Amino acid sequence: MSKLPLRARLATSIGGAAGRVSRLAGRGDGSVIGGVLGLRVEPDLLRLLAQDRQVVLVTGTNGKTTTTRLISAALSALGQDVATNAFGANMEAGLASALGRAPDAPYAVLEVDERYLPAVIKATNPRLIVLLNLSRDQMDRAAEIWLTARRWRMALAETDGCLVVANADDPLIAWAASGAPRVTWVAAGQQWREDSWCCPECGSHLRRDELGWRCGECKFARPHSRWVLSGDTVIDEGGQVTELGLALPGRANRSNAVVALAVGAFFGANVGQALPRLREVRSVAGRYTQIAVRGRTVRLLLAKNPAGWLEAFDVLGPPPTPVLLAVNAQVPDGKDTSWLWDVDYRVLRGRRILVAGERRLDLAVRLEADEADFELVDGIDDAVDRVPEGELDVIGNYTAFQQIRAVLGRTD
Amino acid sequence: MTEHTGRHASSQDQNETLIMPAIPGQEQPAEAHRAAGRHSSGAGAAEAGQKPAWPVPGSGSTWGDRDGGSDWPDTSDRPARDDRPARDDRPSAPGPAASEPRSASPAPATHRNGSRGARPLRLVWVYPDLLSTYGDRGNLLVLMRRAQLRGHEVEPVEVKSDEPVPEDGDIYLLGGGEDLPQILAANRLRADGGLNRAARQGAVVFAVCAGYQLVGHQFGGVDGEPMEGLGIIDVSSGRGEQRGVGEVVADVDPALGVPRLTGFENHQGVTRIGPGARPLARVSLGVGNGDGTEGAYAGKVLGTYLHGPALARNPGLADLLLSWVVGPLGQLDPSAEEWARQLREERLAATAG
Repeated sequence: MSKLPLRARLATSIGGAAGRVSRLAGRGDGSVIGGVLGLRVEPDLLRLLAQDRQVVLVTGTNGKTTTTRLISAALSALGQDVATNAFGANMEAGLASALGRAPDAPYAVLEVDERYLPAVIKATNPRLIVLLNLSRDQMDRAAEIWLTARRWRMALAETDGCLVVANADDPLIAWAASGAPRVTWVAAGQQWREDSWCCPECGSHLRRDELGWRCGECKFARPHSRWVLSGDTVIDEGGQVTELGLALPGRANRSNAVVALAVGAFFGANVGQALPRLREVRSVAGRYTQIAVRGRTVRLLLAKNPAGWLEAFDVLGPPPTPVLLAVNAQVPDGKDTSWLWDVDYRVLRGRRILVAGERRLDLAVRLEADEADFELVDGIDDAVDRVPEGELDVIGNYTAFQQIRAVLGRTD
Repeated sequence: MTEHTGRHASSQDQNETLIMPAIPGQEQPAEAHRAAGRHSSGAGAAEAGQKPAWPVPGSGSTWGDRDGGSDWPDTSDRPARDDRPARDDRPSAPGPAASEPRSASPAPATHRNGSRGARPLRLVWVYPDLLSTYGDRGNLLVLMRRAQLRGHEVEPVEVKSDEPVPEDGDIYLLGGGEDLPQILAANRLRADGGLNRAARQGAVVFAVCAGYQLVGHQFGGVDGEPMEGLGIIDVSSGRGEQRGVGEVVADVDPALGVPRLTGFENHQGVTRIGPGARPLARVSLGVGNGDGTEGAYAGKVLGTYLHGPALARNPGLADLLLSWVVGPLGQLDPSAEEWARQLREERLAATAG
């Protein structure tokens, strides 16, 4: 911090003060408003705050927040401070704010919005970039994913002295990352395949078998991986097999954990040191939280797009555990609900399905088409009252999830 | 070789005009091609690599013309059957007249070869691996459901981009896609030829967004450069100044008897409708083709920028497509329509302000 120019220090402290005011006013965690004000005072703030640190950038459609948290946990095994935007404020203001709040941390683990990756690479000169996955998400405001992959590929081709850690099982990610000079490939798996039937290099239909994917026409194929997720175990670059045993549920989180272990290892935290820290993570920004409400145990899952819903289904309690599905279509959710039709709800047959949210009628028509019985409810309280004592799983998209958290916060 | 290719009306149909869905623009091109000694309808004319020769008097009809004067383009060049009473006030399901038991045995001679007989209704989803960005499966699911509820057996066929497009489908569905997949899909479909042949033989084609653009003569490529489409319908698209993103409300050409459309659009394309096709609807909210109209149709080929998906939010449009294959549709039990009705009501109310 002391090395920062005066204006950057001023910008940081103004931003920090605004963030504290915002938090006190109950308007979120304050990281965005703080960063916005700081950047207004010093537009170069992000670059100045990032310099002389080991910066890790984490991006992808799903799992950014959780993976950022897991990498921070892995690096904490090194006994050094880590600056991080733990609450998902992942654009320039949120990043500046996160760095400003931990001015002396030698490490920074930053979740980055997919669209901003090229700009943030330029500003922060990262040591390592994590590419998780790419799939359709909020198409009304996000760039199309092939275009995103192309922009990443161009930006990564110019990185020098930076390692890219990328999921080899996602063809679009593999294509984007293969533009980078140095890549560590992780076989982290891919459950959602609807956006990767075709070769990103030549457009031909991809062939898939137990060895992964390859293009039938050009030579593009799944790269050989140094880290592998296999069931509930990680196979590290030395070939050692270790049981993950995470507290976080689901295949997607095992995938995120293997990526985090690969990042930790690069910075010197081996699996034996990092994994115990990962196992301590039980919820991430409210996700996976279990809340007791009037005799029910409500478990909150956030799923913002078809791939995320598929992963959330993977985490549900066994039938007949009831599930509440809540969908909104505000700006942060994407105003287009057509993605509901990309999700296969037939897997929910046989359990009680409750439907809430501002766009519950879209869900109703969708579930009807999949012949999955459901009932409309007025919100989380109504849902809780309708189900018997025991477990209730809740899957919500972004603002629906936040609304439910707010209601349950009061209930608690 | 059958001579009634693309013909919709048969002698049995004549007394059903009030409930038969109209397909304006269908007969005349077919007649013209027959006169020219060709078997095809106008739909496939562009397979020869040129603009289809739809015979349209005053073909200077342009874009701009469509905005002038009356709400709808001049219909004088179309057959008299279009003069049947408009049914724009009918509910999502066909009116009471269609509720007769006739629905159990679909009207004959409506399929292009008249020999569909008892075989299942074949719904061909073209290239879901390239063209399925906006919940496009939904259109297939809604068509399946509404056909099955009326007792029709349905066979969905998903054709991946490395597979040949079968020519014996009844309804072909094309969805939305990004620029690169759209170009790949157009190239592969042109090389394959199956969709063009099916359309020429009178199959129903329902194309959404990128799919809508690529069944036209041309569309805008990655940097807006013109790319060659399939020429199945007489429209041409290019890149517009701004992306059209948001809810759309549009009133359908009264000749089609489909209630007001509600949907969501997300595209940068603008589409110009040539003399051989007609606008599907006029937008009261949203961008659509970019000139106040939305979508296009000619014969049994229908394109739209709407997803949502369009058929989930507009069951009347789904029924129109089905009726183009099986003839008049029986009315559905209102309970089978209730959620869709509520969704439409909610969406139209939400966009009314």
